[in-house]
Amino acid sequence: MATTAEQATITAPPRRVFRHRLATRLWHWINVIALFTLLMSGLMIFNAHPRLYWGQYGANLETPWLEIGSTETAGYLKIGHRRWDTTGLLGRWQDGQGNIQRRAFPGWITIPSTYNLAMGRRWHLSFAWLFAFGLLLFMARSLWNGHFRRDLVFRRGEITPRAVWQDIKDHLRLKFHPGGEDAARFNILQKASYAGVLFGLLPLMILTGLTMSPGMNAAWPWLLDLFGGRQSARSIHFIAAALLVGFIQVHVLLVLLSGPVNGIRSMITGWFVLPREKGQ
Amino acid sequence: MSPILTRRRLIGSAALGAGGLLAGCDRLGENEGFRKILFAADEMNRHAQRLLTDRDALAREFPAENLSPVFRSNGTQYPAGPDYQAHAAAGFATWRLAVDGLVQRPVAFSLAEIRSMPRRTQITRHDCVEGWSAIGQWTGVPLRRILDHVGLRDGARYLVFHCADDSGGGVTYYESIDLIDAFHPQTILAWALNNAALPIRNGAPLRLRVERHLGYKHAKYVRRIEAVASLSGIGAGKGGFWEDRAGYEWYAGI
Repeated sequence: MATTAEQATITAPPRRVFRHRLATRLWHWINVIALFTLLMSGLMIFNAHPRLYWGQYGANLETPWLEIGSTETAGYLKIGHRRWDTTGLLGRWQDGQGNIQRRAFPGWITIPSTYNLAMGRRWHLSFAWLFAFGLLLFMARSLWNGHFRRDLVFRRGEITPRAVWQDIKDHLRLKFHPGGEDAARFNILQKASYAGVLFGLLPLMILTGLTMSPGMNAAWPWLLDLFGGRQSARSIHFIAAALLVGFIQVHVLLVLLSGPVNGIRSMITGWFVLPREKGQ
Repeated sequence: MSPILTRRRLIGSAALGAGGLLAGCDRLGENEGFRKILFAADEMNRHAQRLLTDRDALAREFPAENLSPVFRSNGTQYPAGPDYQAHAAAGFATWRLAVDGLVQRPVAFSLAEIRSMPRRTQITRHDCVEGWSAIGQWTGVPLRRILDHVGLRDGARYLVFHCADDSGGGVTYYESIDLIDAFHPQTILAWALNNAALPIRNGAPLRLRVERHLGYKHAKYVRRIEAVASLSGIGAGKGGFWEDRAGYEWYAGI
């Protein structure tokens, strides 16, 4: 049953709200480039020593907690004592020319696509600048223009168990847009995940990355104490990167499910078209 | 056009785009202009670290319980060539370390002379560019002692380490550092590892320890140190064996 207000929105031209400011949009797309480059060149660097350790040191004679390796016939991923056969994907795979390669991550997901640690580092350590300073400038701008305060701060009514449960149910039902102006505002799950990525994962990537630098270790020895050693920092760097990949997957999936054209357009032009409300 | 088609099209073009981008990245990485931009980060990292950090900041020194049970060796394990092998067989009794180039008094030190000089012992972490780390205890002469002995001439800006190991294609290994690292208190020419004579696989009889850098800077089998004004005349001009051959960063503090 449609109310009169809803009927009005059906007949009226679609209403638009200005949702994303220039700093947000610029940073978003710069980050798309920076993060993909960092992730893929990072996998190349991982391929040089596809083993992760905890603690201050760790090399071939120590026991890794995670390892991607290969036998004569199979590729495998090993975490702790568990081992999975990953032939074709990790450890042992075919390259574009049909040759068997025995590297951890396959060429289609690394930069460069053929094994080259020096170039992987060049990509990684130059785009790290774009990523780190992009984040810094975006944070400064968002504090200044009130983006964080207005859009990310949790409101009193949003964090009651009832409201959070309601939001989870809405997500599971793929019902993303409440009526009217609220459609353009972030819901509590959105706020929590954006805040977690912005203030948690992204700074963690930078700090664990710096902890792997022997020069920065000398300059800021507290980094080693914070993460429990260079090899621990390397492990956390990898885990945080995996969590970021998970965030990106969910983020893209939800954009596709909630109206990709409107969502992507609003991240380009800033303008978000309020959805017409459907009658029950 | 139905929304389903739009969506499918979007996903399809995204996949195509991703494949194209990846091929594009490989091509970009070979493009001269783009490489310049990528490679500029080396200088940025060096300047940023030197600006942000105390030039004499010490690398962490660890307690003995953090020592790696076995200190992994990398690169050359046993230098080929009859000259080195004759020295090894003789316990390096007649090995000489030549220090020359832009110095006031070129000297060829014997190992006995180097071992009798003031020594420094440090338990530090060795970080390979590949990603692994090993912790070892090094004993050797601070490089600044050697430099005080020979006296650098005006204009000397880098030290080049010429090594005894052929690292491929008949080219012996070489590396270089600037004077900030050369005079750093933890920069030593090590002759012992974990309280024993430096093993051949770790660079006997002398190897450089330059603790705020990745492993490839720590030249093994050092037989000559040359003070130079510029790196342009060394190898292909990038300052080191791997820098010249594979494009690794000269500044390996990151």
